[in-house]
Amino acid sequence: MTQRPPHSITRMWRDGKLTTIVLFLPPAVVLFTVFVIWPILDAAHLSFFKWSGYGAVTNFVGVKNYSVLVANPIFHQSLLNSIKLILASIFLQIPLALALALLIYRKTSVNTAFRLIFFAPYILAEIATGLIWSFVFDGDYGITAQATAALGTDPIYVLADKHFAFLAIITVIVWKYFGYHMMIFIAALQAVSTDLLEAAEIDGARTWQTIIYVKLPLIMHAVKLSIFFAIVGALQVFDIIIPMTNGGPSNSTHSIVSYLYTFGLAQLNVGYGSAVGVVLFVLCITSAFSYKRLVMDGRARR
Amino acid sequence: MNKVSLPATLARATFLSFIAALVIMPLVATVLGGFKTVGELRASPFGLPWVWHFDTYLGILGSPTFWNFLGNSLVISLTAVALTLLCASMAAFVFAQIQFFGSRYLQSYLLLGMMFPFATAIVPLFIQVRDFGLLDNPLGVILPQTAFSMAFAIVLLKSFFEQLPKELFEAAHVDGCGYIGFFFRFTLPLSTPILATVGTFVFVQSWNNYLLPLVVLNDRSLFTWPLGIMQFRGEFIVEWNKILAFVSLTILPALVFFAVTQKYIVAGLTRGSVKG
Repeated sequence: MTQRPPHSITRMWRDGKLTTIVLFLPPAVVLFTVFVIWPILDAAHLSFFKWSGYGAVTNFVGVKNYSVLVANPIFHQSLLNSIKLILASIFLQIPLALALALLIYRKTSVNTAFRLIFFAPYILAEIATGLIWSFVFDGDYGITAQATAALGTDPIYVLADKHFAFLAIITVIVWKYFGYHMMIFIAALQAVSTDLLEAAEIDGARTWQTIIYVKLPLIMHAVKLSIFFAIVGALQVFDIIIPMTNGGPSNSTHSIVSYLYTFGLAQLNVGYGSAVGVVLFVLCITSAFSYKRLVMDGRARR
Repeated sequence: MNKVSLPATLARATFLSFIAALVIMPLVATVLGGFKTVGELRASPFGLPWVWHFDTYLGILGSPTFWNFLGNSLVISLTAVALTLLCASMAAFVFAQIQFFGSRYLQSYLLLGMMFPFATAIVPLFIQVRDFGLLDNPLGVILPQTAFSMAFAIVLLKSFFEQLPKELFEAAHVDGCGYIGFFFRFTLPLSTPILATVGTFVFVQSWNNYLLPLVVLNDRSLFTWPLGIMQFRGEFIVEWNKILAFVSLTILPALVFFAVTQKYIVAGLTRGSVKG
């Protein structure tokens, strides 16, 4: 941006630019500052105190909130759960989404119908999704009840079982978001020029060859972006976990956000909750920037 | 077009139908579940009801609290949409139309909002909302919601405004139309597709939001539907038929809304992702 000579302010005033800036910018900037930036700065400040939310903030405890957090096994579990979610996204959800996108990206009415069906879970509220699936996984009513009844064994309560509960949550998250990734891939595939595909066909390329050598390289950017969204999404899972397991059994299925809610906000441990928030913030920002640096920009340089 | 063999076509159709069934089955089971009794639900959770019981659905539809939840959600979501569209399009207009010192910095500053989830700062946000006296006030949900949608809305709107023909403004300017007049008389009316896209996204986000209302609203009469449904679930924990009926009644409007607006939703998604 070029710096303007000093008299430009008066000129901007006369042609109405300044008035427009002064009237149009503040609502967005003020709202954003008050409700987004200020709380995050406040979190950084409060994370060094022990505070119940009432009265003056005086009980400075240094980095104690952070050291307690870093040593907490439940927090470790929630980090591990986030990593599991990211891996499930990369190795299960995104390949599935990619396969489906390749099958139905062409604009036909049947494809459109499938596309709408696959995308529908994305639009559902997480809370509703969680409730629906806690019915499906209910050991007395749902799918496992059917299976165990057929086999004549004792009912299995998937969501109350330490070994299966988080797997169930992963299943639901894959179910809910694969259509979202599929849509991103479909948009990318539709942007691939048909000339290239025709050229490949004329050269005698088989279907799988066009996929591997033409289509995939051309939509790699979308795949990388998709993985990025999966990482960011995994770091903020909350609404699905609450109706399904509420973090249980024995705190084994927490996400970082549900951990923050349960141990910071619900008990009004303001300092501790803020510390979790700051850690989450740092995780998000560093993973966003380093992913962008290492993966997204790598393509441009090549 | 590739020549595709019959087995390949069959395999493709089977695979697609299988995945589609996995998507649809839980939803159908939910809707049908509301027509069953608890006993039947236990015996046949996924099949068609033996007898169609309408009383569970009618009971919920006849309860004023249900409509109250939906009404609260609607007021909050619509206000958030209106406020986001107004504030974000004004800011985006300035960024797109007027060059001024600091414009870049301000835009990067606002972009920060797309980098982290709002749950990050939920504890201080709660304190903030409380100190403003906005607990148990719809504004306590609306304002933070608007603030967190701002970054994404500004990015999409600005890129759209920049594509509007520059000659238009020059012509209007010659006719004595200032920036503000131009914004309301030309920019906004010409931007309905993108406003619809952004509006739909903000609406869905706000309508589905759980954490923010959970933190801000304590008074049951102000509950949004996700809070209401969780409370309902707490009351009827073993009566799955009631819970499923309640869920169905909230997802059906969502699915209808989706069918009507999917064009805008998909546009927003792909726009966001193409831009990166």
